[in-house]
Amino acid sequence: MKLEFHGLSKQFDQGRVILQPMDFCDEVHTLAIIGPSGGGKSTLLRIIGGLLPPSSGTLSINGEELPKEEEGLQRYRKKLGFVFQQGGLFRHLSARENIVLPLTKVHGYSETEAGKRADELLERFGLGADGHKKPAALSGGQQQRVAIARAIAAKPGILLLDEPTSALDPEYTTEVLDIVNELKEEGLDFIIVTHEMGFARHACEKAAFLCEGKLMEYGSGSEIFDAPKSEQLKNFLGRLLEWNM
Amino acid sequence: MKLKELFVSKKGEEVPLWKAAFSMLLTCVLVVLFFWVSLIRIDYAADFSFLPDFRQRIWSGFWMTVLISVASMLLSLALGILSAAGRSCRILVLRYLCSLYVTFIRGTPLIMQIYLFYYIVGTAWGIENRFAAGVLILSVFEGAYISEIIRGSLLSMDESQLEAARAVGFTKKQTLRYVIFPQMVARTLPALTGQFASVIKDSSLLSMISVIELTQAMREISAGNLKLVESYLFLGVLYLVLTLPVAFISKRLERRFQYEA
Repeated sequence: MKLEFHGLSKQFDQGRVILQPMDFCDEVHTLAIIGPSGGGKSTLLRIIGGLLPPSSGTLSINGEELPKEEEGLQRYRKKLGFVFQQGGLFRHLSARENIVLPLTKVHGYSETEAGKRADELLERFGLGADGHKKPAALSGGQQQRVAIARAIAAKPGILLLDEPTSALDPEYTTEVLDIVNELKEEGLDFIIVTHEMGFARHACEKAAFLCEGKLMEYGSGSEIFDAPKSEQLKNFLGRLLEWNM
Repeated sequence: MKLKELFVSKKGEEVPLWKAAFSMLLTCVLVVLFFWVSLIRIDYAADFSFLPDFRQRIWSGFWMTVLISVASMLLSLALGILSAAGRSCRILVLRYLCSLYVTFIRGTPLIMQIYLFYYIVGTAWGIENRFAAGVLILSVFEGAYISEIIRGSLLSMDESQLEAARAVGFTKKQTLRYVIFPQMVARTLPALTGQFASVIKDSSLLSMISVIELTQAMREISAGNLKLVESYLFLGVLYLVLTLPVAFISKRLERRFQYEA
């Protein structure tokens, strides 16, 4: 994907600045956004996903500008898949219905086609027997796998993941990250906001470090993790290592 | 030890059926005994033999209550939805009108509203049919409570569900239809059903404007033969016949939708 933005910023109505104006332009397949909490990572991902309007600046993916009006935004979002930290599944629907409903109502699949696609994905992610269950009856890891299945069901160009494993136990974290990695190997581009530095470093082509609303550093895994330049990134990585085995 | 076990449930234990049945029976016996003794103390010999003679009137009063309740429930639901929506309306006069309505109705007793609406508003605008007036007044009253139920569940609508709806590409209309509406139903249905029990009970106050529903029928009968105790006891039983199933359904719905809202 070619991701490009200029002068992109976000401040909320009360005047709190979340993102300072930032520029970015690169062609990248898989991108990790890392940084301390409150640094603006999720906000940036939501802007890229067309879920939150920026306060200023322009953004484009693969040459397509982020629309401003609601109708254009709906078309724009249709081409993306989004996975939330948690609570992203519709809780009144079963796992299977969560996948089927957007396919039929948004992407024009027939009921049978959508059902087939949902079963195929559930089977693939090891959820073949759980399709009828409501989110509340699934474990956190299962919920996230369903969320990923729903996000990729309509074969989006890009998958956006907002801390998909932050609410999970370590064992579930691995199963979810394995899936993302598998999808990468099939050629799906993604942008992931994550605290899993191992994944950011080894599974993602590039990483961006966001801190205090600024895009502080950007580069390949070795550039970011082996040769951090800014004090903030050094501090951030140092803190993460403190309790490492 | 053995004897104590019969009466006391173990901590965290689900009460076994026989134990529950035993204590339930005991409770009923105690309550009946209390009223029995009360009747003996006032030296009252209860005699229900007059009831069959008034079969016809009681029956038609009973149906009137059912009719008023069902009609009021439907109308109050409409009023509740409209006023709940109206309270976030951008036309300020409408918004304040809806707030004022809910605040006023919830803050004053039904009996005062019945008199006010029937004798002043009803007379002024020529609503003379007591049934229609009764249904209208009761609906206005219950509508304010339903408005609160609906507004409460609208406000507790999880932002993450709405964001997920946008993320999968739903339009505003689709979000309303496929996400907000079903979740609202799941969340409000148990409370709404419970409110229906209130409608049934509150309809008894319409006897004040001589709508001949169940309570008024019983009042008239007991005024004739002075069998007050028997009449009102039986009246209570008849209301329970209506409200208990409604309460039961409400409980069932609550359990069914527990994980969906």
